[in-house]
Amino acid sequence: MDLKEKLLSSFLAFENNVDLDHPVHDIRSEAIKNFELKGFPNKKEEAWKYTSLNSLQKGDFSIFPKQESALDYKDVKKYFVHEIDTYKIVFIDGIYSSYLSETTHDGVDVCLMSAALTKPQYKQIIDVYFNKIASKEESLTTLNTAFSKEGAYIYIPKNKAPRKPIQILHLATGNEASLMLQPRNLIIAEGNSELQVIERHQSLTENEVFTNSVTEIFAAKDAIVDYYKVQNDAETASLIDNTYISQKDHSVVRVHTFSFGGKLTRNNLNFYQNGERIDSTLKGVTILGEKQHVDHHTLVHHAQPNCESHQDYKGIFGERSTGVFNGKIIVDKIAQKTNAFQQNNNILISDKATVNTKPQLEIFADDVRCSHGCTIGQLDEEALFYLQSRGIPKKEAVALLMYAFANNVLQSVRIPELKSRINTLIANKLGVRVGFDL
Amino acid sequence: MLKINDLHASVEDKKILKGIDLEVNAGEVHAIMGPNGSGKSTLASVIAGKEEFEIKKGSIALNGEDLEDLAPEERAHKGIFLSFQYPVEIPGVTVTNFMKTAINESRKARGLEDMPANQMLKLIREKSELLEIDRRFLSRSLNEGFSGGEKKRNEIFQMAMMEPKLAILDETDSGLDIDALRIVANGVNKLRGKENAIIVITHYQRLLEYIVPDFVHVLHDGKIVKSGDKELALELEEKGYDWIKQETVV
Repeated sequence: MDLKEKLLSSFLAFENNVDLDHPVHDIRSEAIKNFELKGFPNKKEEAWKYTSLNSLQKGDFSIFPKQESALDYKDVKKYFVHEIDTYKIVFIDGIYSSYLSETTHDGVDVCLMSAALTKPQYKQIIDVYFNKIASKEESLTTLNTAFSKEGAYIYIPKNKAPRKPIQILHLATGNEASLMLQPRNLIIAEGNSELQVIERHQSLTENEVFTNSVTEIFAAKDAIVDYYKVQNDAETASLIDNTYISQKDHSVVRVHTFSFGGKLTRNNLNFYQNGERIDSTLKGVTILGEKQHVDHHTLVHHAQPNCESHQDYKGIFGERSTGVFNGKIIVDKIAQKTNAFQQNNNILISDKATVNTKPQLEIFADDVRCSHGCTIGQLDEEALFYLQSRGIPKKEAVALLMYAFANNVLQSVRIPELKSRINTLIANKLGVRVGFDL
Repeated sequence: MLKINDLHASVEDKKILKGIDLEVNAGEVHAIMGPNGSGKSTLASVIAGKEEFEIKKGSIALNGEDLEDLAPEERAHKGIFLSFQYPVEIPGVTVTNFMKTAINESRKARGLEDMPANQMLKLIREKSELLEIDRRFLSRSLNEGFSGGEKKRNEIFQMAMMEPKLAILDETDSGLDIDALRIVANGVNKLRGKENAIIVITHYQRLLEYIVPDFVHVLHDGKIVKSGDKELALELEEKGYDWIKQETVV
């Protein structure tokens, strides 16, 4: 039985454990039909030309973990940004761990999707927001929608801000030989609210994990949302991240994606601007080695006038790693005075590494500023010689140049402890000691 | 200190150095002059260990040790410093952080601990004052957006920080106005001593009025065609390089 068949038959078992009369279940039923029709995307589709899911479909994944697992905080502490106080929503093999978590209902809701999808007090919000911007066509998103049951639910009312950042952590114990996870997150920032989220997926063993995640983020007028994705998973973990963001007037949403590990990572990051004077920022640092693969597919849809978007993705590819960047920008006819900026720069440090990068601009307005640039290059030999001639060994000199290269992206990280974490991760990834933090 | 013997070097099979002999002793300042394309900068890069140049024949030795198989950083650890004609811009790394890394890596290579932070700051303050460098300048990204003069002053600041045994100044005077030239030359002169040596590579005699050389060599078509004392530089200034070219042909 291949994975698609297994998922379709598992859906019947899934239905035994959810409320079939809840309106959300109609959405699930529609979604599984779409997945049944379309199946997993294949390389014949333009959007999946460079990323193959073939080997994942051959995996014998458990769709639901057979047993609940507990973990000691001290064993997983390092996967948290533990230097600062945060709210935490933690899942172990897809199941909520109240022991490792710290949620709140104090003025803001930082809690669970399972609660939001079942408890009456959330029904109104679920009706308004759930699955409203997630695609009803894209097969993997609909697969997640069909199985949507658990994940993070964050609701920040008007003029509020949580006291501290929120961490969402998905841990996989390896109790299953191979496990599939489908977290579903819903994040709503009402007018003039503010929040910061750090999300991480971490497999604790060499057993295979395949995560197909969907996150919907709604930023109302004047809201400010910072979302940080830390992707530094085990060599046997694959992640498909589908994030959908809807923004209203004057809102600011910044998504930073740090991709340092994992077997296969696909980031589908979609911004929909539904208001004026919106600011959308998409930044990424990707550092890969071995046979790792990361595919960033971004979409920014400018649907109203006077908005901005800033994309800056830097990639460093070693060994046999492969990278993809596909940045689509749509500017509707009505969206005059749009300022859309996109940049993707890549350095290949091995002649066996490859990168495919493609800007895709569809501009229907005539008074806009759109700039884009893609580069693929090697390290600047002259700069390397300059550093070496000052006594800095080649390996450290290479790392220093990488730091310099990635620095632009790190500058906009607004949590200093996270920034310093990312610095350390970069240093570890490059296998060097650097004498300072940027 | 430095002994270059019948050095031939090429880049992509193009012969640039065609038999250089040069001996530089501790305490000496040597000037290497010559027309554009004569091989001056190549000689500097080859001594510093730039990989794109291939040594076809001959040898370079520092204090009796052959340099050919040493990486640029190993040569730096042995006390060779090259002031670049075109210093590279490195956005995202400040001058201070760059110097900290350079100094501590060199110390590590010599088996020393990192320099304590307060000592490092003191050293930076002292040397930046010597070069009349504004403190704010030190927290800027290395060479990024620096004027030509600032870049060259920054090179000599780095030299002052590293305290090399053998400093090679490659066209340090180009792009400098008279005030900057004076400051840079003053910085270099303060670093002159019995224990170290300096090679000044320049197209014009102007810098040599401030950094007075003990020896002057004229490079033409990859060879040293004439050597003398500081008077040779003046003679060159007066007669131009055509004089050397004609003499060589004769």
